[in-house]
Amino acid sequence: MTNLQPRGNPVVIVLASLGLLALAGLPFLRVAPNRLVSGEPIYFLSSLSTLSNPQILSGPALLLALVVMAVVAVFASGFVRQGRALHSAVLVATAAFILGQLGWAAFVAQQLMQAQTSLGRVSLGSAFWASSVLMALLANDALQRLGATPLQKAVVGLTVLALLGALLASGWCNDLSIMKEYANRTDGFAVAIGQHLQIVGLAMAFTLGIGLPLGWAAHANQQVAKLVFPALNVVQTIPSIALFGLLMAPLALLAASVPALGALGISGVGMAPAVIALTLYGLLPVVRGTLAGLQQVSTAQINAARALGLKPWAVLRHVRLPLALPVVMGGVRTAAVAAVGLAAVTALIGAGGLGSILFEGLFSNAQDVVLLGVLPIVGLGVLVDVMFSALTAMAVKQAAPHA
Amino acid sequence: MKAHPSSRAAVPLLLLLALLAALVIGLPHAGPLFGALFPQLERPLYVQEPFAWLLWQHSLLAGVSSLAAVVVGSAIGVGVTRAGGQPFRAMAENVVAIGQSIPPVAVLALSVPIMGFGELPALLALSVYGLLPVVQGTIGGLQTVPPSQINAATGLGLSPWQCLRYIQIPLALPVWLAGVRTSVIINISTAAIASTVGAKTLGSPIIVGLGGFNTAYVLQGALLVALLAVVVDAAFELLSKRLQWPT
Repeated sequence: MTNLQPRGNPVVIVLASLGLLALAGLPFLRVAPNRLVSGEPIYFLSSLSTLSNPQILSGPALLLALVVMAVVAVFASGFVRQGRALHSAVLVATAAFILGQLGWAAFVAQQLMQAQTSLGRVSLGSAFWASSVLMALLANDALQRLGATPLQKAVVGLTVLALLGALLASGWCNDLSIMKEYANRTDGFAVAIGQHLQIVGLAMAFTLGIGLPLGWAAHANQQVAKLVFPALNVVQTIPSIALFGLLMAPLALLAASVPALGALGISGVGMAPAVIALTLYGLLPVVRGTLAGLQQVSTAQINAARALGLKPWAVLRHVRLPLALPVVMGGVRTAAVAAVGLAAVTALIGAGGLGSILFEGLFSNAQDVVLLGVLPIVGLGVLVDVMFSALTAMAVKQAAPHA
Repeated sequence: MKAHPSSRAAVPLLLLLALLAALVIGLPHAGPLFGALFPQLERPLYVQEPFAWLLWQHSLLAGVSSLAAVVVGSAIGVGVTRAGGQPFRAMAENVVAIGQSIPPVAVLALSVPIMGFGELPALLALSVYGLLPVVQGTIGGLQTVPPSQINAATGLGLSPWQCLRYIQIPLALPVWLAGVRTSVIINISTAAIASTVGAKTLGSPIIVGLGGFNTAYVLQGALLVALLAVVVDAAFELLSKRLQWPT
């Protein structure tokens, strides 16, 4: 078998080279006297000078050694014979690089901030972000080559995220500008995450509550399908911000003319149009997934179950639903991932959520505030995606345990 | 390929186009109407920029970014499915899958630190995000070509390049077009949000209206953007019907 393993891995060579180029040529950090100017670039190589004191065996020096060794090891792994042990080593090295690089950047920020006032800002530069993303891609590639299941991928991803979270919570990174912005709005951040999850959660509850029965009805009756799909397709086409806008006027009118609804908190702006719009967007993937899931259960399977003496509800419970579930889950996953992203835009109509931090940063030209909004949105989207892939994989296994 | 799609298939598209034209021409004269609908507003009609100009800017932004995305995305898709690019295929598919779980508004916000405010960050963000569905459609389309047909073509003496040109690309077109359609529709939608980073588009009346509690502005912008997206989607629908191979 070993003889069949290819020598070298061009993907690793290309991505690791790009990572090294980014570290060499792009700013690793930026130092500014305040948050409104973009500041002086600090390159990775010049960041080494923060270690000029004789502290060869100190913690930061070891951290730096770890980062450099990790990136060199990943680069070198592209040139040797590939195998499972090597892929595992690459996975560990990429994780070590991502964590170690943040630790090193935070240490350099601590040193740089000693020469700054409390208004000073040390922000992460493009070299940091580019190399982190490239290493994350390499980690994903290594997992792929190891044949990891979606569940295993999710576990690895969550472990790295938990370690990152622990590093951020430890206070070691508090001199980085993004953490300073976070410290300025700890409460607002928690509220924004809560609102974001609330919008997505409510919209998904309505989407499933309406979409699953609608998919069932479309399966049972072709006329329903002919009516529902063109309408949902048009909704899907309408840009999110336009749909919010189109819902505003009627909802405001409704709330004004039916005071009971207004008392429930329904109005032209805020949560109501956000949840309604997200529900409308989520319906198409869920209805389509439900219909496709039910359709791909073959008549032979249902007949076999009936022949075994199963009652109709038992056929539904033990045959139709388990077999349809993986496809239905695919639709729910699409809807949920889209909802996380769309919920960011609902900040523009006053629904709050992480989008409010993002747009506050955009409108006040504060890049770290933008990042503080964007990073959790991206993280949440990827998390929901990974979670649903793991769940779908489990549903597939349940539907065909011996396949 | 259907040689003559029935001419009636184009009727919905033409009606929608006429509606869009009527809206662009009629809205500037609809001040009294919006004044009656929203009596509490002092200025019920968006007059900062003409609607026709905003429509043009919006189409230009979405069009240029989609063109860039289609050219680069198709090249990437074809590249990773050729023998030489095969090692990068899994990576490309992964990036596309993960990238699509990131919302376009996040990409838009992230492009501001790189390019500053204005049309450029919007153009960059839309082009990059638009790549994903195109790459997906290109790989997916080329995948639908059965290996037996490629073998048959190779057996007839076609070079790999000729095989791509005469067999794989024509057969991949419908799925590729679906990817292009998704990309263009996403770009029209994101171009509306791009007015938050300083690009003048049909999103501008909406953003200005939301900021100043002017529901009339919001409604005017929303109607035009929504109709633009629906018109373009209808055009793609028509095109995809013409591209369908008899099965």
